[in-house]
Amino acid sequence: MALDKIGIAKRIAQELRDGWYVNLGIGIPTLVANYIPEGIEVEFQSENGVLGMGAFPFEGEEDADLINAGKQTITVREGAAFFDSAMSFAMIRGQHVQLTVLGAMEVSQNGDIANWKIPGKMVKGMGGAMDLVASAENIIVAMMHSNKAGESKILKECTLPLTGVGCVKKVVTELAVMEIKDNKFHLIERAPGVTVEEIIALTEGDLVVPDFVPEMVL
Amino acid sequence: MNKVVKNVEEALVGIEDGMTLMLGGFGLCGIPENSIAQLVKMGTKNLTCISNNAGVDDFGLGLLLQQKQIKKMISSYVGENAEFERQMLSGELEVDLIPQGSLAERCRAGGAGIPAFFTPAGYGTEVAEGKEVRIYNGKPHILESALTADFAIVKAWKGDTEGNLVFKATARNFNPMMAMAGKITIAEVEELVPAGELDPNYIHTPGIFVQRIFKGEKFEKRIEQRTVRQK
Repeated sequence: MALDKIGIAKRIAQELRDGWYVNLGIGIPTLVANYIPEGIEVEFQSENGVLGMGAFPFEGEEDADLINAGKQTITVREGAAFFDSAMSFAMIRGQHVQLTVLGAMEVSQNGDIANWKIPGKMVKGMGGAMDLVASAENIIVAMMHSNKAGESKILKECTLPLTGVGCVKKVVTELAVMEIKDNKFHLIERAPGVTVEEIIALTEGDLVVPDFVPEMVL
Repeated sequence: MNKVVKNVEEALVGIEDGMTLMLGGFGLCGIPENSIAQLVKMGTKNLTCISNNAGVDDFGLGLLLQQKQIKKMISSYVGENAEFERQMLSGELEVDLIPQGSLAERCRAGGAGIPAFFTPAGYGTEVAEGKEVRIYNGKPHILESALTADFAIVKAWKGDTEGNLVFKATARNFNPMMAMAGKITIAEVEELVPAGELDPNYIHTPGIFVQRIFKGEKFEKRIEQRTVRQK
């Protein structure tokens, strides 16, 4: 069965490594913070100026001055730090953040990503996404494999305005984990109960399928 | 040097039609809400506003948009404002969307005497159109120019009579860089204290960047996304 959002977040959480600083985008990526594997320590950076983001506050303890990049009220963990936006992006551009997880509308087999604009329809702005994808060495995209009409979002070439070029290394969808290298998607794992054929059918980009594709262990 | 002005009316003297303003804040967090209310009262028009976001329909910069006081917005993300989207799609409002880190650095550069810099952000996207590209360390970068403003309006938690500022938590965001980049910088603060009360070791924005400071009359501090967990 295809994964739900929580399943995608759980699978991405398995990519976390001890000692990493991690930036999580809005939406599914935010959920990754709930499934940090036992025995490892990571710190979450939010580009509006906090390192050491904690859980949501208890009701009545919200602080209007303490939010994440999704403008949600948050708390901080012991040892947290606040800083301004220029320093925040110095951390990001300067590659001091080890992993970026973000959502996408489309990705292509050369690692391009589109996630900020649908011409004439949705123009919200790129926020920090362009800075994040241009600089991070390790970018994982959390997204749905296809749109509501059943059209693939895992493409040969993106059709929407790009956020970044050649930057995505790994994609986790409700169906599969794929790596991007040599201008192709490489199927690494499939969601429990999902067949390789189903994944191939919903992947427009070139997909390399090994003889054996293990199921994700969640 | 005493930078204190009596109130918001006095603080905003000199802001005229057609000027460029920087306004601190991220979403509704750390915005100079007293000054925005005063700009609505003043009815100043044709403003170019540099601010990471554009408020929501009925708060923050959304209030200036409602009154059609803004000619152009320079922002990174404007998704929470239906009136903004309407004015932009109808062409009433000019909009320059730029990557958030580039926006922050362009403000910082403007205040720091750096006219332009190269950044990897936006290379290969429409943000890079018309901009010089250079390869550094094997990677393409685009040239981004500094931003300055006739007035920068920032909001701090505490300030002293010398204009030294301390921000609280994530309400710091764009305020320090914008304070640097204003020809005249106005700071509205929650607490205004005599010089000497703030520990010089913990000043975020030194008073040299601030020309006018006043205690805001009222801070609503609206929360955009109230997210909680149960006890």
